[in-house]
Formats: sequence, structure tokens, C-alpha cells
Amino acid sequence: MSAPLIAARDLSVRLGGRVILDAVNVEITAGEIVTVVGPNGSGKSTFLRALIGAITPSAGRIERAPGLRVGYVPQKLAIDRSMPMTVRRFLGLPHRISTAEADRVLDHAGAPGLADRQMTDLSGGQFQRVLLARALLEQPQLLLLDEATQGLDQPGAAAFYRRIEEVRQDLGCAVLMISHDLHVVMAASDRVICLNGHICCQGTPEIVADAPEYRALFGTGTKGALALYRHQHSHEHDPDDGHSHDHSHDHSDEGAEG
Amino acid sequence: MNFLDDFLVRAALAGLGVALAAAPLGCFVVWRRMAYFGEATAHAAILGVAFALGLGLAVMPAVLAAALLMALAVSAMTGRGFAMDTALGVMSHTALAAGMVAVTLLADVRLDLMAFLFGDILAVTRWDLATIWGGAVLVVALTAWRWPGLLLSTLNPDLARASGIDPRREELVLTLALAVVVAVAIKVVGVLLIAALLVIPPAAARPLAATPEGMAAGAAGLGAVSALGGLWAAFVFDTPTGPSIVCTAALLFVLTSLFGGLRKRG
Repeated sequence: MSAPLIAARDLSVRLGGRVILDAVNVEITAGEIVTVVGPNGSGKSTFLRALIGAITPSAGRIERAPGLRVGYVPQKLAIDRSMPMTVRRFLGLPHRISTAEADRVLDHAGAPGLADRQMTDLSGGQFQRVLLARALLEQPQLLLLDEATQGLDQPGAAAFYRRIEEVRQDLGCAVLMISHDLHVVMAASDRVICLNGHICCQGTPEIVADAPEYRALFGTGTKGALALYRHQHSHEHDPDDGHSHDHSHDHSDEGAEG
Repeated sequence: MNFLDDFLVRAALAGLGVALAAAPLGCFVVWRRMAYFGEATAHAAILGVAFALGLGLAVMPAVLAAALLMALAVSAMTGRGFAMDTALGVMSHTALAAGMVAVTLLADVRLDLMAFLFGDILAVTRWDLATIWGGAVLVVALTAWRWPGLLLSTLNPDLARASGIDPRREELVLTLALAVVVAVAIKVVGVLLIAALLVIPPAAARPLAATPEGMAAGAAGLGAVSALGGLWAAFVFDTPTGPSIVCTAALLFVLTSLFGGLRKRG
């Protein structure tokens, strides 16, 4: 087994006297897709922010492979309308890039032809793809996504995750993501980590979905959806009752929010 | 340097210097929604002036120190969970009030408060001019050097961290630069108007710009036009200079806003 790209060793984080993360141990190895799920306030975002160095651990440490290239897609990025910002200029922060380079990553992220648009004029789906494009600039070995599909509808989120999967195949990068879209994400992951201050359980999506800790947090409903998704369905119209009946659609929603 | 003998030439150069230094910083003030930061720092400057005169110190360094202390205090307060506008409100009013009290307590001080509130650009000396341009060059160089990091930190601190940039360090750079601008500008446009010069030209440049750099350049241009136009208007209509400069800037803001609205519709 190869050395991990990044590892949290007994990582604990306290914020304002409250323990957010307690002795978390996670290793991410090359090429795997790992999803962190957990209820609100379970420390998912804190965990990711600790990994990128935005939060100093109160105990434990983060180990990175030497020269690790990380692409980070934040949870939300509210660009104030007071700041004019073209997509091309945004991609060139902090290091200026060539036009060809900008076009290349935009194509790769599934957002071709957006380079000259204003960031504030983009739709939610376009915006997330531009964020993804920026994360792809330095040929990352590890992609970190913090609820990257927040604000996207179900087909939009599904299309976004398929794009992530394609990027992973092209670059061979590992992906660590946080998501609330349990249905879609569980199916797209090699490994799922169920976090609630500490790691409740982890393993393949099937194992986690069966784990009593996971069921205690999320109920049993998602397992049915997972089985459904495994049968190649992603076009759920209603996330709340998507598992009681069967929608047999093929994946035709790729360009839904172009 | 005979042409510097003309007080109007000195005034024009002083106004240009302040406008150029305020432009890129003003953009960050607008982007970060800290429009009252300039005001709060400027109010602290009054306190600095009071202490300088009371203790027989030079005014400029005292103002710089007071402005810096204010800026750091506001940073510390926001770091402790106060909203930016609350921190600025508390510090701004406190500094202004404390300055007034200090001026009164130091009874033998003859402070022309009006001059510090509204500035007196027509009384600018060669030494003032050197200070202003020294400060302006310093601030513009500092901002240009840190520009990408400042931009990214303003957009999203976590993105900055992920790129190896410390957003708190960038914020400190910004704070430092703002304090310098206020300290050098206080004599020219005065306390009450420096805040306006930080905010109005960038706001006026916004509808014309497609990139952050474009907005900063536009703000510098519009700020320069405001300074010269205001000076000319004050000369022609015999109006107070500082307020005339700000009125000119406000006029430009109205014009570019109308232009931006037309362009969006057309």
C-alpha cells in the first residue's frame, strides 16, 4: 500500500472552547474518492479547513506528502457585486495564467466559453464549475470539495458529481468531499466517512449505509435510494421521496444548467 | 522648482497624491464593506492631533500612530466576533469623542479643529507635499506588491489559505496602508472628507470596470479628476476646497451610475 497523500493523525480542533473534532484519524491515498457525511455542526467543514491549513489543530497533526498539490473548492463563495471580476481574472488568482491555460481548465471542468463572463452573472452550476476549474489549475493530486453542490438542484448536483468522476479518471487525483447529497454521493464514492465530532464509522458506501451509527444519524431511508442509484438512476425529482418509486431515465441532464 | 511657489500648483499636486493613494485602498474598502473604516481611522487621527499638540510632538507621526492603533483595535475586535460595523461604530465615535475631550483638557492648546475636520489644501507647504507623495508612493507600492494576495484574501480567506497566503497578514498590510493614507491626507482633505475620498471614486469606477485592476485604475483617474475639478470649482465659485473636491467626486459617481444603468439596459 502506498503512502497516503494526506493524513490526519489524532486531529482535534477546539473553537471557542468547544470541541469540534476529537481525535480524528483519516488517510487519503492516491486516486480514491472519499466522502465525508455527517449532520450539521458535525465538524465536516472544520475538518476540511484543518486539512488545507486554515485552522490550527489543538492536538494531533496533519501530514502531507512532500510537494502535495491540492485543489480546493470552498463551501460557498459570495462574490460581492461591488467587485468586478471576470472568470479569466478569477482563475488567474493568485498567479496569472495564459488564455490557453484558462480555456483548458474551463473545458476540463465542463464550463467552456465562460472566460469573459462576470463571476456574478454566472448561474449556480456554472459558478461551481468555475471553482472546480480553478482547483484543477495546478494538476492537483488531491481535490478537496466542501459541499460543492450546495444550491444546485438534484440533476445539477448529479451532473457535477459525474464531472468530478471524469476529472478523477483524467488526472488520477484523489477526491475528498463533503456532501449533503447522500443519495448521489454515497454511490459515487469508494469510501464514506461518517463524521459527528469523531468518526462514527467508515468504509464502502454499502458498509456505512448498514452501520447502526449511520442509521442513527440519517435513518434507514437512504439505503433504498442507494440501491436505486446503483441501478443507474440519478434523475430523482424529489429528494424526499425519491426512493419509494422508480424513475427510469438515462443521464440526459448534463447540460441542464448551461 | 519655481512652479511650486504657486499655492494652487501645490494644492493640485497634493490632491493628486491623495487621490492616487486612496484609489486602490478605497477599492478594498468598498469590496470588504468597510466603508466606515476610513471614517473611524480618521476620527482616531483627531485624537492623535490632540495628543501631539498637547505633548509638543510632531503631528504627522502622532496621527499615524493613532490611526494604526485604531486600525489594530478594530481588527482585534472583529477577530473576537464583533461585526465589522459594530467594531467600527464603537471605535469611531469613541475616538472622536475622546479627541474632543482631550483637546478641551489641554487648555493651552490652540487647535484649529476646523482645519483638521475639513482640511486646508490651499495651505499645503513643500514639506507637506513631500510627505503626501512619499506616503502615496509607499502605499501604492505596498498595495501593488501584495495585490494578488489581497484580492484572494478579500474574495475568500480559505481559498487564500489553500494557496499558501495568510489572509490575516494581508489584512494587516491593508490596515497599515489605510493608516498611512489617513495620516498623510488629513491636512489636505481633512478628517471628515478622507473617508469620502476612499469610498466615492471606487464606487464611481465600479460601473465602468470589468476587472479589479480596471476598477482601481478607474478610481485613480476619477479621484484625480475630482481633486483637480474640485480645486478649480473652489477657485471659480469661491467655495471651501475639501467639500468641493468631494462634491465633484459625487457628481462623477452620479454620471457613471447613469452610464452603467444605460449600458445594462442597452
